[in-house]
Amino acid sequence: MKRREFLKSATALAAGTAISAPAVFSAEAQSRKETLLLVSEGGPNNLDIHGVGTNRPGYEASWNCYDRLVTHPTKTLADGTLSYDKDKFIPELAEDMKIGDMSVTFKLKKGAKFQDGTPVTAKDVKWSFDRAIGVGGFPRVQMKAGSLEKPEQFVAVDDNTFRVDFLKKNRLTIPDLATIVPGIYNMALLKSKATDKDPWALEYTKSNTAGSGAYKVTSWKPGVEVVYERNDAWIGGKLPQLKKVIWRTIPSGGNRRALMERGDADMSFDLPAKDFTEMKKENKLKLISNTIGNGMYSLELNVVKPPFNNEKVRQAIAYAIPYEKIIEAAMFGHAKPLFGGASNTVTSTDWPQPTGYKYDLEKAKALMKESGVGPIESVISFDLGDAISSEPMAVLIQESLGKIGIKLAINKVPGANWRSQMAKKEMPMMVNFFSGWLDYPEYFFFWCYSGQNAIFNTPSYVNKEMDAFIDGAYAAAAIGEKEKYATDVKGFISKAYNDVPRIPIFQPYLNVATQKNISGYQYWFHRQVDYRKLVKA
Amino acid sequence: MTETTATEALSIAPPPATVAQAVVKPENNSIFRHARYVMSENPVTGMAFGLFALIAVLALIGPYIVPHDPLASDTAATLAPPSLHHWFGTDQLGRDIFSRVVVATRLDFVIAVSSVVLVFVMGGFAGIAAGFFGGWTDRLVSRLADTIMAFPLFVLAMGIVAALGNTVTNIVIATAIINFPLYVRVARAEANVRREAGFVQAARLAGNGDFRILLAHILPNIMPIMMVQISLTMGYAILNAAGLSFIGLGVKPPTPEWGIMVAEGAANIISGEWWIALFPGAALMIAVFTFNLLGDGLRDLVDPQRRT
Amino acid sequence: MLATIGRRLLTVIPTLIGVVIVTFLLTRVLPGDPAVYFAGPAATPQSIADIRKGLGLDRPLPEQFARYVNDLAHGNFGNSLSTGRPVATEITSRLPASAELTFLGLILSLVIAVPLGILAAVKQGSWIDHTCRVVATAGVSLPVFFTGLLLVYIFYYQLGWAPAPIGRLDAFATAPPNYTGFYLIDSLVTGNFETFRAALSQLILPAVTLAVFSLAPIARMTRASMLAVLASEFIRTARASGLDTRTVIITYAFRNAMLPVVTTLGMVFSFLLGANVLVEKVFAWPGIGSYAVEALLQSDFAPVQGFVLTMAVMYVVLNLLIDILYGVIDPRVRLEG
Repeated sequence: MKRREFLKSATALAAGTAISAPAVFSAEAQSRKETLLLVSEGGPNNLDIHGVGTNRPGYEASWNCYDRLVTHPTKTLADGTLSYDKDKFIPELAEDMKIGDMSVTFKLKKGAKFQDGTPVTAKDVKWSFDRAIGVGGFPRVQMKAGSLEKPEQFVAVDDNTFRVDFLKKNRLTIPDLATIVPGIYNMALLKSKATDKDPWALEYTKSNTAGSGAYKVTSWKPGVEVVYERNDAWIGGKLPQLKKVIWRTIPSGGNRRALMERGDADMSFDLPAKDFTEMKKENKLKLISNTIGNGMYSLELNVVKPPFNNEKVRQAIAYAIPYEKIIEAAMFGHAKPLFGGASNTVTSTDWPQPTGYKYDLEKAKALMKESGVGPIESVISFDLGDAISSEPMAVLIQESLGKIGIKLAINKVPGANWRSQMAKKEMPMMVNFFSGWLDYPEYFFFWCYSGQNAIFNTPSYVNKEMDAFIDGAYAAAAIGEKEKYATDVKGFISKAYNDVPRIPIFQPYLNVATQKNISGYQYWFHRQVDYRKLVKA
Repeated sequence: MTETTATEALSIAPPPATVAQAVVKPENNSIFRHARYVMSENPVTGMAFGLFALIAVLALIGPYIVPHDPLASDTAATLAPPSLHHWFGTDQLGRDIFSRVVVATRLDFVIAVSSVVLVFVMGGFAGIAAGFFGGWTDRLVSRLADTIMAFPLFVLAMGIVAALGNTVTNIVIATAIINFPLYVRVARAEANVRREAGFVQAARLAGNGDFRILLAHILPNIMPIMMVQISLTMGYAILNAAGLSFIGLGVKPPTPEWGIMVAEGAANIISGEWWIALFPGAALMIAVFTFNLLGDGLRDLVDPQRRT
Repeated sequence: MLATIGRRLLTVIPTLIGVVIVTFLLTRVLPGDPAVYFAGPAATPQSIADIRKGLGLDRPLPEQFARYVNDLAHGNFGNSLSTGRPVATEITSRLPASAELTFLGLILSLVIAVPLGILAAVKQGSWIDHTCRVVATAGVSLPVFFTGLLLVYIFYYQLGWAPAPIGRLDAFATAPPNYTGFYLIDSLVTGNFETFRAALSQLILPAVTLAVFSLAPIARMTRASMLAVLASEFIRTARASGLDTRTVIITYAFRNAMLPVVTTLGMVFSFLLGANVLVEKVFAWPGIGSYAVEALLQSDFAPVQGFVLTMAVMYVVLNLLIDILYGVIDPRVRLEG
């Protein structure tokens, strides 16, 4: 060590932690090799998925800083990219999982410690699961999807053994345990931070991580950056190579691209289709893209109010959407078509799969005539936060529907308002995207088509026959009745495609660009980055 | 005095003719002669008048002379660079940018004109009343102006548009509101010095009511100064609309408008499609530039100090 | 003097009250329903109602307003709904970023615009005058975000002269210790020239963007006030007594002409803080402008209210200071209410 540097670090030590970092320049080159600079459009608003209103980037912090009992292994897809393997489970905090008839029992890994050194026990697991249900809101609903609804279901048998009792058989119970929500939290630490008003210490976990995961957040400036450091004591998997991850928010898409092309950032997450296709052609960077499972862009029609309560009008619209133009101009050819199939009455349980609709103006005009509905004036809405894909779609749809006598005004709805508009269910027509974490068709239908009329059932489509199919599929899956399951799935898909409350358009891709020295990126159902497997050469 | 000058700076304007110099109503042809004199002496102002005429003509006949339908998409020719067929190239949906830029002239002109008309009616009259009547009218109007002035103006415009919805009307209203204090102050100062002027006294003696004096005597006298203000804020209205577009609160698609075309096209600069933002940007710049220079020119016209 | 300042302060109070009321009303009519937004995906009417109650949004407006004013009186700006952080700390930590950028932009603008204005006044009516006018006006005729993106494209992407537009510091550099919050000052104070250089290089492009935008008002003001001074008696006397032009312009005219320019600075500064909103978005600058925009688009009341109030107070204080300064420099000017 040179004298000057020694002096600097000595003063730094003397002055305390606040100025320790800038003084040590020799470490910079080394740390750069083990540090990832990630850029994206938005950052988290909360580091804990249990928090009130945690946004999607917030899920990423939760995923990397907390462990779950089990997780999915990685598999290599046909195109060489990596993805989670939806059908298999591997231990994360649990070393063993035994599924009984009406319960599942986990043995915890020995020596697992939270980041503050406290050992992880079954009591922590129980407390964490109680918390996921107790905080209400989204975590509770997500747990419910796996029939995890009551605290009595979660039993800490001894320090090392944890059992979940089933309320009823549900195929989604184990997959649900591998989602982000049932993370394991440090009970002792959080109890010390809890107050009467805030018994689950949500206030604390909002800005601090309290898990046993591979990373911990050491600095978070909302809207600016998140800095993670590796937890060297992690035993949930192979110790990650990256010691540090810096995640910066860069709002301007052009600037994110410039940063990547000039080599100043290591990874840019969730690229627009345009950037992806163009940068791929330039071949200066590594570009990875995966279809988003169980997700689609669709045109959704409010079936409660005229004129879209008329089935013929909806079908006419489904024939008047300029599908090919949308894929070409809005998505730059980078999307999987969900139209032009053989028939609307489907013969496979694949999901999502193409509808039988295609662009056919004559047919659309004929259907409009048949419907007996005169010229229509309506409004097409989309989420301003997603304008980059939705706006060109809306414009093309507007232009095309004009040709069958449907005059549309375009309404951009700002982010905050989008959710409340969806909840009100008053938008007559909208371009929207939905994807479900758990990659099963009945899960998608449960949210988007079932009679519970959830917020994602934007068309307000309620139909007894449909509900019977959905419930039937759930029940059949739980007990492994494959044939009945297949009949019900085909039933609800066909029903949905013939009634068309929502008109599927395409399945989008999740796009990522990295520098060529970065490897190990893997697609996850939650559509966020997993730092743990990333390697910087 | 210090307040007035400060306000002026914000409006990107030269200070108004000092209040002490009463504007005498000149004969019509003397204005014309003077205008010719100012223009021959100041080529920049001459150019500004010429450009203004061009913008006005395009606003009037633009939609009838463009080679393509500004709304028609053509996915076979998306993101095409400028060519003989598409002079300014095409955008992501294959729409002709030249046609869109020309057609947008009318909307931008309307946004600029209606927002200044609105603020002139609101701010001008409130200011005149404040200056003329003084007392609590003055206090009320001045406090209102102060309150608006204390807001970070662009954020106030954002708030208004976000709250009322992003339509052209609301953009116009927001622009008018944030310019309100400028008009109030200028009008107030001008009306204030004239309220005891000879011609006002004469009118009063002749039995005219306050209201009539305001409209028939004070207003025409301060019109020239207000014209300067108007022309300067017209440019600001267009810039303001562009800024709103950049954060997603601009006019609704697919309506062509310069600001939103620049804001949306700006994302494509890095990827090399410079023409999408450049041409509407140039049109916008020329328009704002023209309005600003025109303000300067008008000032020269109405500033008696220059008439030596 | 103190009495006049006191009187002047009193006139400020109605303004501030007006700002508080308008901001409160404006944020309440924003279309988004925060309760729905924060209920997250999979919200049910019940969970939305719970959150609305938790946020106190189910109370009548006057009651909400009373609570808000009461909080303000206790120095509590409230918490951001979105991040849950206290608005006051967030604003104090972000304000220096905006202020540093704005000051630098203003200084840059002064350095260019004042000589331009003087030149234009001295050579009134010549091609130099016209050029100055065209250049300054051109700068203010482009949307400020467009100028910013253009500069990034040319100086970062194409030429590679400027550093990445990634905020106040390179991701691998570490911020200097926090004394003033101004990185340039803090790094100089601690003798950390490496950080000083890094911070300065990040500042240049956004500061130039702001400077370009504010050339016109300053240049115009300088020109106008120089013209007025040059036409005055004492300059004519100075010229008649044979002083050379240089001395007349620099020593006599310039000093007198600067007074009105100083007055406008406060206004230009607050004008720039407004323009900052867009510049910060372009350069990923962690200032209060970008904070306010994000909050506004999410219907997150408290940060918007806090931001507007901070700006209003700054504006009022700045103008007060300038008025006082003006009175000190030129005793002929008396403070008026």
